[in-house]
Amino acid sequence: MATEQHRARRDDHEPDEDATPPPASAPSAQTAEVDDLLDEIDDVLESNAESFVRGFVQKGGQ
Amino acid sequence: MGIETEYGVLQPGRPQANPMLLSSHVVSVYAAVHARSRARWDYADEDPLADARGFRLARAAAHPSMLTDEPEHPAPGAAPADDALDVASMERPVAEEYDDPGAATSILSNGARLYVDHAHPEYSSPEVTSPRDAVVWDKAGERVMLAAVRACAESPALPEIVLYKNNVDGKGASYGTHENYLVDRSLPFGVLAAQLMPFLATRQVFAGAGRVGLGQNGQQPGFQLSQRADYIEAEIGLETTLRRPIVNTRDEPHADRTRWRRLHLILGDATMLEVATWLRVGTTSLLLGVLEEAGEDGVPELATLTLADPVAAVHAVSHDPTLTAPVELADGRRMTALEVQGAVLDVVRARVDDPEADEVLDRWASVLERLGRDPALCAREVEWVAKLRILEGMRRRDHLAWDHPRLAAMDFQWSDVRPERGLYHRLVAAGAVERLTTDEEVERAVHEPPEDTRAYFRGTVVRRFADAVRAASWDSVVLDVPSLPTLQRIPLRDPWRGTKAHVGELLRTSPDAATLVRRLVPR
Repeated sequence: MATEQHRARRDDHEPDEDATPPPASAPSAQTAEVDDLLDEIDDVLESNAESFVRGFVQKGGQ
Repeated sequence: MGIETEYGVLQPGRPQANPMLLSSHVVSVYAAVHARSRARWDYADEDPLADARGFRLARAAAHPSMLTDEPEHPAPGAAPADDALDVASMERPVAEEYDDPGAATSILSNGARLYVDHAHPEYSSPEVTSPRDAVVWDKAGERVMLAAVRACAESPALPEIVLYKNNVDGKGASYGTHENYLVDRSLPFGVLAAQLMPFLATRQVFAGAGRVGLGQNGQQPGFQLSQRADYIEAEIGLETTLRRPIVNTRDEPHADRTRWRRLHLILGDATMLEVATWLRVGTTSLLLGVLEEAGEDGVPELATLTLADPVAAVHAVSHDPTLTAPVELADGRRMTALEVQGAVLDVVRARVDDPEADEVLDRWASVLERLGRDPALCAREVEWVAKLRILEGMRRRDHLAWDHPRLAAMDFQWSDVRPERGLYHRLVAAGAVERLTTDEEVERAVHEPPEDTRAYFRGTVVRRFADAVRAASWDSVVLDVPSLPTLQRIPLRDPWRGTKAHVGELLRTSPDAATLVRRLVPR
């Protein structure tokens, strides 16, 4: 169950200088709505994103 | 029509786990816990090497992954035109047939097929006649996969397995979501393919599931509209696992081939959003209806939309979330994907006179209009927009660049079939996406077949007479009735026979398989 632990803290990211700022036209109501969704999502995200992504290996199909 | 979906399969923490074995567990455990039927797949009518362009690929020249049949039995002749279903005797094998665990198959009581395709569990939906039913039985497939995940979790003998309804692993592998449409055989294949091409290359503006990473290996950071686009490498072709084409030519109608062909589209994405799935199959089937009506001359307005390089257009459109990049037409003009879609919509609207089509046409028009104004306006309906919205939110909030692993992880977790883990399901719980179905009707569709196609006969026989179903396929059911000296094979070559209206009374009043067979055999 190592990869199943719920995210308790966000320690797998570093601030990034290049990240695009939000579009100037974005209304704050929309931003608040998305932030609420992110709160919903935060506690189900894989705690170790890097190892989860590295381990997501599939064989090709049709 | 129907949708086949190969699911991504993972044993958490064990990337080296054998995917065929995991897929086999998924199929077997579902069959054991939920399906009860031990029926095999009846390969007698399959012909995966037949090419719609009018030739067959020599078996020796075929890639092994294309040999999806077992060519032991000759295909039977066309179904008789009389009213009852036909039934024919078959030898009962003396020895028990060998069951290859890598070829696990289960035929479900809803008429679907659950099986191992290559290294993925696949749910092939039953045949349906409307885009809305396509959504209902596609959603039922997600529940089947969820039930398999739960059953594995509850069995101490089986590993933990997680399933994802997506199409890429970000490391070069892709697995498909195939749409199948029954099309009138009199429409020449070349005309069909050419007239569809501009539509297919651009429909990802509303049908794409969204993907983190550009290139087959996700080597370039970024976001694109489609999961499958980077794996499309040809305009037309027979292959499905390499040199994947926009229009696949597999000519295996699973029906009377003198009357129909099966258009097999392999370029689409698996979508969780119900509106996305509904629009994808709804718009495509409406256009096919227009093409059938127009016949061999085609629709002149569609010919003017011929693209200079459709494969390049698939990639370019997918790589442009602003939806402003122009694609080049064969006549030298340049149009955006939205403009191409708008032109196709005009053609369909002008030629379709069916109130039932209005819902799809109106939504198609509305989505195109809003995508042109601001794609964010479609976040409840278009999957790539819904996905991009939370990815951009995460990027903004936590200052992440596109190559941050959390964004790739979110892309995978988007389609996790478990409601407590899948990001799509979190959005549904928050009321952030539009639903077209109810939980009750999807749950019913897990167990019950559509009533207006032959899937009704297949599914009902599997549910009522599970022990007697020896084998089944899209166009046959083989019954093993112990009191009879031979097996009984019932061909279902006509997708519109075997419906509830056709055989509902017969099935309802047959207490057992022996009675059913006796009533089918003409005296």
